[in-house]
Amino acid sequence: MKRPLTRLLVTRIVFGLGMLWAVSILVFFFTQALPGDVARQILGQNATAEQVARLRLELGLDKTVVEQYATWLWSLLQGDLGMSLASGTSVWDLIRGRVVNSLVLVVITSLITFPLAFYLGTSAARRRGGVTDAIVSGLVLVLLALPGFLIGVLTVVLFATNVFRLLPPTSVIDPARAALLQPSLLVLPVLALVLGCLPYLTQMVRGTMVEALDSEYVTWARLYGVSERRVVWWHALRNVAAPSLQVATSTLVYLVGGIVAVETVFSYPGMGSALVSSVSNRDIPVVQAITMLIAATTLFLYVVADVAGILLTPKVRTSL
Amino acid sequence: MLPVAVIAFVGPFVSPHDPTDLLSSPYASPTRAYPLGTDTLGRDVLSQLLCGGLDLLLEAMIATLLGVGLAVILGMLLGTSSSRASGFALRVNDTLLALPQIVLALLVLTRIGPSVAALVLVVAAFHVPQTTRVIRAATLGVAQEDFVQSAEVIGMSRGRILFFEILPNITAPVFVELGIRLAISTVTLASLGYLGFTGAQTDWGRMVYENQGGLTIQPWAVLAPAAAIAVFLIGMNLISDGLARASGARGT
Repeated sequence: MKRPLTRLLVTRIVFGLGMLWAVSILVFFFTQALPGDVARQILGQNATAEQVARLRLELGLDKTVVEQYATWLWSLLQGDLGMSLASGTSVWDLIRGRVVNSLVLVVITSLITFPLAFYLGTSAARRRGGVTDAIVSGLVLVLLALPGFLIGVLTVVLFATNVFRLLPPTSVIDPARAALLQPSLLVLPVLALVLGCLPYLTQMVRGTMVEALDSEYVTWARLYGVSERRVVWWHALRNVAAPSLQVATSTLVYLVGGIVAVETVFSYPGMGSALVSSVSNRDIPVVQAITMLIAATTLFLYVVADVAGILLTPKVRTSL
Repeated sequence: MLPVAVIAFVGPFVSPHDPTDLLSSPYASPTRAYPLGTDTLGRDVLSQLLCGGLDLLLEAMIATLLGVGLAVILGMLLGTSSSRASGFALRVNDTLLALPQIVLALLVLTRIGPSVAALVLVVAAFHVPQTTRVIRAATLGVAQEDFVQSAEVIGMSRGRILFFEILPNITAPVFVELGIRLAISTVTLASLGYLGFTGAQTDWGRMVYENQGGLTIQPWAVLAPAAAIAVFLIGMNLISDGLARASGARGT
């Protein structure tokens, strides 16, 4: 069993790295290799010829595209993200704090969303056609339809400005203190993100749970006298775990994308809002760094889910 | 959903004012002249609402038709060709999904700037991988049927088989996919509008962003476009949900 597992891990990791490499070409192509005068586009029409020439040298635009890509990839591999064009400081210094802030959002949201989705999905599945099921399904249908920024703005309307004034409408975080220590600023962004990713996961858990509860082994477990609670939360849930994993990954990937809009709604100083401002400033090194970081994160999640999915499915696991 | 579509498509012709004219003081409350008040720059919210949906919905529809159309062709080809070739194509397909859609769109727009053509193409391209999978699965089911086999036997060309034998039998999943994808296109384009990357002067998404600061004084400037987007998308979701249930093309 041990060796096939290692081989499985190695092939999946190699595949993930291959995808990351493909993404790096994509990122480089769209930010730097597209035809047109990059330096002129960044600086605008008012820049002097001298400024343009200097920037061109700084970005290495005098070299061939392949050379530029090789240099960029090499420094990326060494952990050198380059210098921000807008602020002149190193990209890493610029985004380090923001990466942590975004991570705080994503982790707290996941910690709330996953248990809640399992609880809601299971409750709805247990009393199919009941009141809980109707409420959960209705909410899912509505929330599933709405874009993240709209959910964010609606939470502001509800809890920060028009209906109740409980919480601050924006997250102007004191940069000297960690985001985690300023919880009142985190509540609304987290709420918006939870409402954004909860529906899909809940719907999926409900669907697989309905199937599991109808299956023979659940009937047998019940006939055997296993308590209802144990049937649902142990026997059935174990079989829901593997298929839910795929959906959980898409939820996390949605979350990574969702922070872009939600951080902007609340002016939350994270990676998403940094991406938006660097795209409008055409701050190419920052865009490159953030998109690569996001791609690496999502690919890592895909690989982990892939491997975990195999390990969680008994049939596949024993055939290894 | 229908009223919103009517507002979007007929709105620009009946709009009482130019949506970009600065008419009154910023954040004025609703009056007879400006039934929904004015926005952060003193523009008429009603006119903006009437004009701000056309581009959004048109672009979403074109992107959806392009993306799903391409995916239908690809999916049918992959569903009828050897498994190795289609396995490889699906893997390549998946590379596109490594970046969340909005991030991919932002990446593409970095250099090109707010361009409608680029926007539509990115949104369309993003639909291709997943829709191809769905259509391929549907095609695989149909390709085994007797009438397809007999068409092959009588020497019908591949193109004719795909178009006349297979396509008419996978219309249900195609329509379900169109519904789902139109909703996703609208979400992405509205979000990009909110972030200010669609280049449109009047845009429901952008209206929400611009007037967010005046929520306590003039909530209509935010609530009106927000409601338009929400009603359209919820309606869209109900329709594709109904279609999916009716055709049984997707699970419970």
